[in-house]
Amino acid sequence: MFKYLTRRIIGTIPVVVLISLLVFMLVQLAPGDPADILLSEEATPEDIAAARERWGLNEPVYIQYWRFLVSAVQGDLGTSFRYADPVLTMIADRLPATIELAFFAILLAIIIGVPLGVWAGARPNSWVDNIGSFFGFFGISMPSFWFGIMLILVVSGFLNLLPSAGRETYGLAGDPITGFYILDSILTRDWAAAIDGLKYLILPAIALGTNMLGILMRVTRSSVMEVMNEDFVRTARSKGLGERVILWKHVVRNALIPIITVVGLELGTLLSGSIIVETVFAWPGSGSLLIEAINSRDYPLITGTVLSYTLMFVLINLTIDLLYASIDPRIRFEK
Amino acid sequence: MKSNQEITAGSRTYLRVSFKAIRPWMKPKIVVGGVFVFLLCFMGVFAPILAPFDPNAQDLLKTLQAPGWWAGEHFLGTDHVGRDILSRIFFGARISLVIALTVVLISGLVGVALGAISGYFAGLYDFIIQKLVEVVWAFPPLLLAIAVVAFFGQGLGILIVALVLQRWIPYCRVSRGQALGLRSRDFVYAARCLGASNTRIIGVHILPNLMQATLVIGTFAMADAIIAEASLSFLGLGVPPEIPTWGSMLADGRTYISTSWWLALFPGLCIFFTVLGINMLGDGMRDIFDPRLKRSGSGTG
Repeated sequence: MFKYLTRRIIGTIPVVVLISLLVFMLVQLAPGDPADILLSEEATPEDIAAARERWGLNEPVYIQYWRFLVSAVQGDLGTSFRYADPVLTMIADRLPATIELAFFAILLAIIIGVPLGVWAGARPNSWVDNIGSFFGFFGISMPSFWFGIMLILVVSGFLNLLPSAGRETYGLAGDPITGFYILDSILTRDWAAAIDGLKYLILPAIALGTNMLGILMRVTRSSVMEVMNEDFVRTARSKGLGERVILWKHVVRNALIPIITVVGLELGTLLSGSIIVETVFAWPGSGSLLIEAINSRDYPLITGTVLSYTLMFVLINLTIDLLYASIDPRIRFEK
Repeated sequence: MKSNQEITAGSRTYLRVSFKAIRPWMKPKIVVGGVFVFLLCFMGVFAPILAPFDPNAQDLLKTLQAPGWWAGEHFLGTDHVGRDILSRIFFGARISLVIALTVVLISGLVGVALGAISGYFAGLYDFIIQKLVEVVWAFPPLLLAIAVVAFFGQGLGILIVALVLQRWIPYCRVSRGQALGLRSRDFVYAARCLGASNTRIIGVHILPNLMQATLVIGTFAMADAIIAEASLSFLGLGVPPEIPTWGSMLADGRTYISTSWWLALFPGLCIFFTVLGINMLGDGMRDIFDPRLKRSGSGTG
């Protein structure tokens, strides 16, 4: 296991370096002079010349890239020129909101999608399966941003049940400890604030999680169907075990591996989906930070956010791989 | 001379044979999906004839009119500057169709070519191409496209490039896997023994064998491209504002959601049913062509 772990971690390093190269090249290849782009529009030619000197833009490209890489490794992603704050702190401030949203969306997708898939897969072509498949198609075809808007229209607008934008009723939450509002409220036993946070979270989490729910349902269904045909299931049946025991103890356990893989793969889609869903619900996460940055042409903030999103995705994939290897020993000995 | 009866009998056999050939295609998934896709194409192609109004004609005296259905002037109502929603939906179908088809074609060509080279030659080519795949795939989908549009500005061309940038990868992965298997098959050896060049082997013996899988991936990729385009347009990062798209109509609709629900409802329904149709069609095709592909790539953005 240790050998596999080191091999996977070392294998990730070149990918990360190449990702940073790609992001660096985006700025280089963008039309116009980087100094021109990176400075605000009021900059004078002298400012630009000074900035070129300061940022080392007169140096050869490979030296520039090296500097970019070194400072990024040291945690310096530059300074936002709209807010004049370090990019890294700005992202770190917004990240808990995104993680909180993503966590609840995944939770929702797993809690509903997996049982629905197991149910459908255990009785292929029954009415349960048909309803499940409909949900599956519904989930994978639903654009999250439109679903979000419709949820706002019906649940917040017509029914007036849940709030449509933001993360908390102003002034209700206490001082942040972890930045995860619901966790914070639970830690401080402030139940009113916790329920308030949940209310704000429900609609965005549904909008974001539906796509994954559909995919999970479909994968679980086909995975369960496959395992149902295995010899050990027949054996279990022939020794007289009840269908329920067979399904939950024998089948689901073996069907879990593809499900975990898909959760990992779909996290990327979920991450980019969160950018859009955060915009729809005015959720103050790092996704809406990226869109704000793009709208105000805050280039250091854009590169910083893109880079951190991608690194997060790489880390998630690495974790999933390691998790996967610890569940299924065969993976460790491949290659 | 054949009697009448013989001719009918003959044509009946012919009918039976052709029915057998299309029977696997007569599944609800494929038929329903096909109808939705046909509607999209129909709306897109005939948009100028179908649309009752100019999609960009503003009428500031008739802003935010509710759907008039058959009785009113504007079937699906008007938006915040008085543009006819139905007409914009027809023209939006056209843009969705054009962008999705272009993206799918280009990324398919690039992906299959690179995948075939990667799998057939193996070695150094394979290493380089697979590293590229790994790096590009490390970006969360859509994020790379968002970044490209953010830096290079809006435009139809930029949008297509931004979307292709990551969407060739599924083709490449599957083609590589298949090409790896094909390169050691007997017919490839035979071709090589007969003196066929690598180009000829790839073109004549490898590529045709990749077509079915490519077709299935392409169908799902089409759904993905439509959602991705709509997402970018929704964020204001798609095509320039003067081109009507479903995504940008939704973005406008979001602003007026509390008063005028029809702005956001109809373009969203169009995206949903189009994507649903394509997904159903793709799912049905996969069942027919290759049941083994069942578990790979069914996701959309």
